[in-house]
Amino acid sequence: MKNILIPTRRAFLQAGAAGVAASGFQPLWAQEPVVPLDQYQPEFLSGAEWSFIMAATARLIPSDGDGPGAIEARVPVFIDRDLAGPFGQAADWYMEGPHEPGANPDFGYQTPLTPAEIYRGGIARFDEWCVAEYGAAFADLSTESQDAALNALETDAERAEEALGPAAGEGEQATNETAASPAGQGGQGGAGGNENGAQTQTTVRIMPDELRDFFALLVQNTKEGYFSDPKYGGNHQMASWVYIGFPGARASFLEWVDKDNIPYPLGPVSINGERA
Amino acid sequence: MARQDPRKDVVIVGLGWTGAIMGMEMCEEGLEVLALERGPDRETVPNFRYPEVADELRFGVRFDFMQRARQSTLTIRHNTNQTALPYRRFGSFLLGDGVGGAGIHWNGVHWRPMAEELRLRSYVEETFGANIIPEDMQLQDWGVTYEEMEPFLYRFEQVAGIAGVAGNLNGEIQPGGNPFEAPRANPFPMPPLPTTLSNRMFAEAAQAAGYHPFIKAAANASQAYVNPYGMQLGPCNFCGFCERYGCLNYSKSSPQTCILDALKRKPNFQYRTGAEVLRVELAEDGETATGVTYFDETAQEEVFQPADIVILAAYQMHNVHLMLLSGIGQPYDPATGEGVTGRNYSYQMMGSTAAYFRDIDFNPFVGAGANGIAIDDFAINQIDFAAEGFIGGSYISNSQTNGQPIRSLSLPEGTKTWGAEWKRGIGEWYGRSMGVGTHGSNMAYRDTYMDLDPTYTDRHGRPLLRLTFDWKPNEIAMTQFMRQRIEPLVESMNPTSWTSSYREDGASYDTTSYQTTHNVGGTVMGNDPATSALNRYLQSWDVHNVFVMGAGAFPQNLQYNPTGMVGGLTYWSADAIRRDYLPNPRPLV
Repeated sequence: MKNILIPTRRAFLQAGAAGVAASGFQPLWAQEPVVPLDQYQPEFLSGAEWSFIMAATARLIPSDGDGPGAIEARVPVFIDRDLAGPFGQAADWYMEGPHEPGANPDFGYQTPLTPAEIYRGGIARFDEWCVAEYGAAFADLSTESQDAALNALETDAERAEEALGPAAGEGEQATNETAASPAGQGGQGGAGGNENGAQTQTTVRIMPDELRDFFALLVQNTKEGYFSDPKYGGNHQMASWVYIGFPGARASFLEWVDKDNIPYPLGPVSINGERA
Repeated sequence: MARQDPRKDVVIVGLGWTGAIMGMEMCEEGLEVLALERGPDRETVPNFRYPEVADELRFGVRFDFMQRARQSTLTIRHNTNQTALPYRRFGSFLLGDGVGGAGIHWNGVHWRPMAEELRLRSYVEETFGANIIPEDMQLQDWGVTYEEMEPFLYRFEQVAGIAGVAGNLNGEIQPGGNPFEAPRANPFPMPPLPTTLSNRMFAEAAQAAGYHPFIKAAANASQAYVNPYGMQLGPCNFCGFCERYGCLNYSKSSPQTCILDALKRKPNFQYRTGAEVLRVELAEDGETATGVTYFDETAQEEVFQPADIVILAAYQMHNVHLMLLSGIGQPYDPATGEGVTGRNYSYQMMGSTAAYFRDIDFNPFVGAGANGIAIDDFAINQIDFAAEGFIGGSYISNSQTNGQPIRSLSLPEGTKTWGAEWKRGIGEWYGRSMGVGTHGSNMAYRDTYMDLDPTYTDRHGRPLLRLTFDWKPNEIAMTQFMRQRIEPLVESMNPTSWTSSYREDGASYDTTSYQTTHNVGGTVMGNDPATSALNRYLQSWDVHNVFVMGAGAFPQNLQYNPTGMVGGLTYWSADAIRRDYLPNPRPLV
């Protein structure tokens, strides 16, 4: 066992029951009941979008096996709050035009859309594709179909990169229009033509260029919600930190520098003073 | 109309490392000094204090201590045939912001340049012949020698409080240090940091292979220390929140921990925050500056600040931008090779091998920014460039800086990045990996440079800076050479598995993934005004009361982290101003 010296919550409560009672200590999260996810009122996401985020994050970090899943970690709450805040509005990013959303991916984020707009458009487009491909919106699919659909979305995002891979764009404007399937055309996978003779791509892309960052954002934000401090709404009870053995915000380890291959004995703390 | 404020002797643009050093040096001459800082004020308390600063999402992932691209950014392209696009969301490099600048959020890895690097063109020509230099490589000498720089490099090491082991004291090789470094006149101010298990495993492997491992010099204090300005540092507690964070423990060398409190006590020093300098104003004859115009964020108006001396102490890119916007020095033109401002941009060639050990828990959150073991056996003065087919070198090192899970969790090759397999992987492999990396030089080329963008503008309506840069075959060959040295070392440690990441033939510059904030060049120093914007004292060739600090002065990048040389050059320039310029203001060369 990797984290054999890190007490589980149950072991901690059992072993230290007397001490806990004497000090009146209770973990902060035990004092503040959280709203169950099925009663949570999203700040940004619509009902259908919330259903998608619940379903998608549950496949990106599933609940079965060791450690918490995205649902137990309350990742959907993190994503909803994040999109309602400065991150969702691209508040820190340079968003002036002109925009070249189909540019060589080496040049990064080039869409005119904010992350909130990418989620809004991306979820709608992906659900539309799921209906065409599997006969139902993503949230209503079997977990097997959901995994297959996410794999297709990931491949689609990789294809967007490869279409303008490292050698492309040399000697010409880095502004190629890739063969996108614009949202609203209901493109069937696998049947596409390609308007750009320079590319050999024959498959219609699920996401148009403006939305090509959707999958990467979804995966990144899911992991952020899983691993960030609980004050942001995810990583409920610091369960992801307990799972991997990260002590959170302890931030003082000088005496452990020379403790070779000995697991650190204390569980995580959060910025607001919770212990797990 | 612009407001005009009372004249100052010296105006300093930017209050990071170089601005703070120049502030002290100019105040010690009794001059009235004003520093203008674009960003907010920052102090250890409240800005870096525990536990708020131990927040990976806010600082490590969302870059809360950095410049906002929305307020100031640049455009980037690979070559002159492309249309440059804005660097909209920071990735490859992270520009600092506010008092302290990049000096608050670095790791604190400290190096001196190698003597050969400061006269690299001469060294290559003398040793291998000019014919090995690629046609488009604009290899240059710096105009200063290591021997001239040595006292000033040491001055910065005293002020910053560097912890390390000398490898060469006055020509005598010392046990435990870097035997390939140039001679030092003095030992480091502090003993080295303690080492982690990963460090010692790498050191043993390197030793067994016949190399010369040593503990990296660190701008992370190893003990209680008082610097020449009376500033106090305490020993680093290996908090694991160093790079991208301000130091919560008064341990990482920064303008805050090493200079600013002493500087703020000087009655002849003032600074303003929320003061973004828009341009340097020149006299009618163009030979001197009359001061600077800045935007006062509080008053929401432009202010003309007259001054006798203007010191550009912003980050490299911002100094280049201000020079171009102000018409200081002829802008570089890659078509003709003429012009100097913006010439010779270069970066840093990085690569690494990650090794996974099923039975070892490295406790990666036990980390210090500048922790580590390095070997310099493949440094610039150790490689036969003619035989190997490239010009350059690298140090190779292991360091354990942090175990932050969003950005630093490394999984074995082929592990899926989401789903059940990823989740299983993070449980199995968190804390079970260590890395060995190469940190290599990057030469400058005819078409790696900076100018003004024709399309995109900033919030003041000024053209954005435009960077043209891509990787070249010389650097690909160098990093592949390093890979061939690193992989056998990693294999000799018997990991469960390992995976490599080095740039290969045809690799293009990817602006999205973090590499390093070691951007250099554009205001190059030298002895030839046709190929350098600054003379050897960091004085503008054309406008003699403008001095330009920072790594923009590097004609090509070192194989090392730049801050040690940036600090040394600042003291070198300050010495020339104090000794020679102030008594008789004029072009010093």
